[in-house]
Amino acid sequence: MIGFLLKRILLLIPTFIGITIVSFGFVRVLPGDPVLLMAGERGITEERYAALLAEFGYNRPMWQQYLEYLKDLLHGDFGNSLVTKQPVLSEFFTLFPATVELALCAIVLAIVIGIPAGIIAATKRGSFIDQSIMGTALVGYSMPIFWWGLLLIIVFSGTLGWTPVSGRISLLYFFEQKTGFMLIDSLLSGQKGAFASAVQHLILPTIVLATIPLAVIARQTRSAMLEVLGEDYVRTARAKGLSARLVVGVHALRNAMIPVITVIGLSVGTLLAGAILTETIFSWPGIGKWMIDSISRRDYPVVQSGLLLIAAIIMIVNLLVDITYGLINPRIRHQ
Amino acid sequence: MGLLDIRNLSVDFQTAGGLFRAVDGVDIQCERGEILSIVGESGSGKSVSMLAMMGLLPWTAKITAEKMEFDGKDLTKITKRERRKIIGKDMAMIFQEPISSLNPCFTVGFQLGESLKLHLGMNRAERKKRSIELLEMVGIPAPETRLSAFPHQLSGGMNQRVMIAMALSGDPKLLIADEPTTALDVTIQAQILDLLVSLQKEKEMALILITHDMGVVAETAERVQVQYAGQRVEEQHVTGLFTDPHHPYTSALLNALPERAVGRKLPSIPGVVPGQYDRPTGCLFAPRCAHVQDDCHGVVTRQSDALGNALCNHPLNAEVTA
Repeated sequence: MIGFLLKRILLLIPTFIGITIVSFGFVRVLPGDPVLLMAGERGITEERYAALLAEFGYNRPMWQQYLEYLKDLLHGDFGNSLVTKQPVLSEFFTLFPATVELALCAIVLAIVIGIPAGIIAATKRGSFIDQSIMGTALVGYSMPIFWWGLLLIIVFSGTLGWTPVSGRISLLYFFEQKTGFMLIDSLLSGQKGAFASAVQHLILPTIVLATIPLAVIARQTRSAMLEVLGEDYVRTARAKGLSARLVVGVHALRNAMIPVITVIGLSVGTLLAGAILTETIFSWPGIGKWMIDSISRRDYPVVQSGLLLIAAIIMIVNLLVDITYGLINPRIRHQ
Repeated sequence: MGLLDIRNLSVDFQTAGGLFRAVDGVDIQCERGEILSIVGESGSGKSVSMLAMMGLLPWTAKITAEKMEFDGKDLTKITKRERRKIIGKDMAMIFQEPISSLNPCFTVGFQLGESLKLHLGMNRAERKKRSIELLEMVGIPAPETRLSAFPHQLSGGMNQRVMIAMALSGDPKLLIADEPTTALDVTIQAQILDLLVSLQKEKEMALILITHDMGVVAETAERVQVQYAGQRVEEQHVTGLFTDPHHPYTSALLNALPERAVGRKLPSIPGVVPGQYDRPTGCLFAPRCAHVQDDCHGVVTRQSDALGNALCNHPLNAEVTA
């Protein structure tokens, strides 16, 4: 297991180098550059343009810029935003908790509903319940997220007025951000109603963000469960006289979870990378929205280092998923 | 009174092409402490009839029986919950593929302890002690360290011993062994069979041994029931069966033993067991039978006890017994 982990960690190094090349190249391939975009529609004189490019160092050959970027990275310098002049790293860590909070709430909701729904569908295979669950999952999976988010806002915020439209907490409350997680900070602040307000703000984004992972988890649980229920060891478990609940909930579930964990891991990875659509719809101040804004401003340092940080998070999550794998499946642990 | 008494058991499977009859009016009786062997090639309904009795068939199976009694309890009448108290305790079963029959995600100790907790209500310490005893009984060396092993860390033979230990955990009155040695090495096969027979004697339990291997039958069984295409075609004591088989199918099975081969080619029975769509009328074995006559395609008669209850119009070796 330790050897396996070391190997996985060593493999991260070439992956990182690959990502730096891609993230560095990607934003420079886009038409336009930060200077032009900052100038806006007023335009800019040739001399001023050249001077600004030279100031940022973007007039040098591409490989020189890349090597300098790598050198800075190795010194722990992720660069400063061209727009806000803030260090990319500190911007990232200010915004990241918001994304994590939303992503965790969404994935918990998806797991708590998705896995039981998949199990029920599998054990009642072919029944009306199975078809209803799988039909709903298919609808959820196929739903355009943008449309779904707006629909929920219209119904629950607009018509019914139950939930707020955007943001993380009502403007009435103001307190110091200690952890960056609004649910925890609002509790720590001790202000009456702050926590309830934070929860209210989370409900709709969580539902919207959880919809696709929930559908995927439910479908994956069902198919894995169906496969496992036909295995010999499930027959053995039943031959012992175990109740259906123990057979399904202990013997089958543990084995069926192996592919489901992969799906959950992949979802967590993508959700942590910032739910671009959801964060945009609900003006959620997370890294998804941050990336989108930076790309439209061609804020080179933010895009290239931001992508790198997001990739690092996805890789760490994947590594954790592989470790969980080993915990659940002893055959992998002993290899 | 016998331990197990099944009369006229039929099992039909709902398939896309209509009902498929896997077991066709089979009778099975087994006395306490007896070894009964059920023989037949693949698809003859041997396992299905046993699984039906255990209640382990999928819901697509339709089970009908005139009588299905085990240890004085009517298995057709009891609820699922009551049946779960019997299976795994008084009536236990082991299967063909020991490695896939054990759950890969749980240790041997957990899987053994589960039965002990369920049926005997033992606590943790008692379970551990009893598990070690059980593993010792089935001849597993260093049983204490084996408790924390996972099935994939043990060999096929060891896994089958674990399966046997699990089956014996509730001191069953009947152990059903469904081709217990088919997936194992030849040398291990003999060990497992010896173990089963010695445990059967020691515990005075009944053993139903399902197999397609006549060699296994000769070594272990007392009474033999031959099944073909879901029907019971012959039943005899093992010595009589080997010297004077009455049903042509039994005789053909015996001739197919490698030990009886003359020349370089292994003898076999031509054709395959009829399936859902090619079930003949009359005697089901007629299309493959070397002794087939015209009336075999009509009504088939069940012969007397003296002729092994053979389901055949023209039983073999009739003059010897008569």
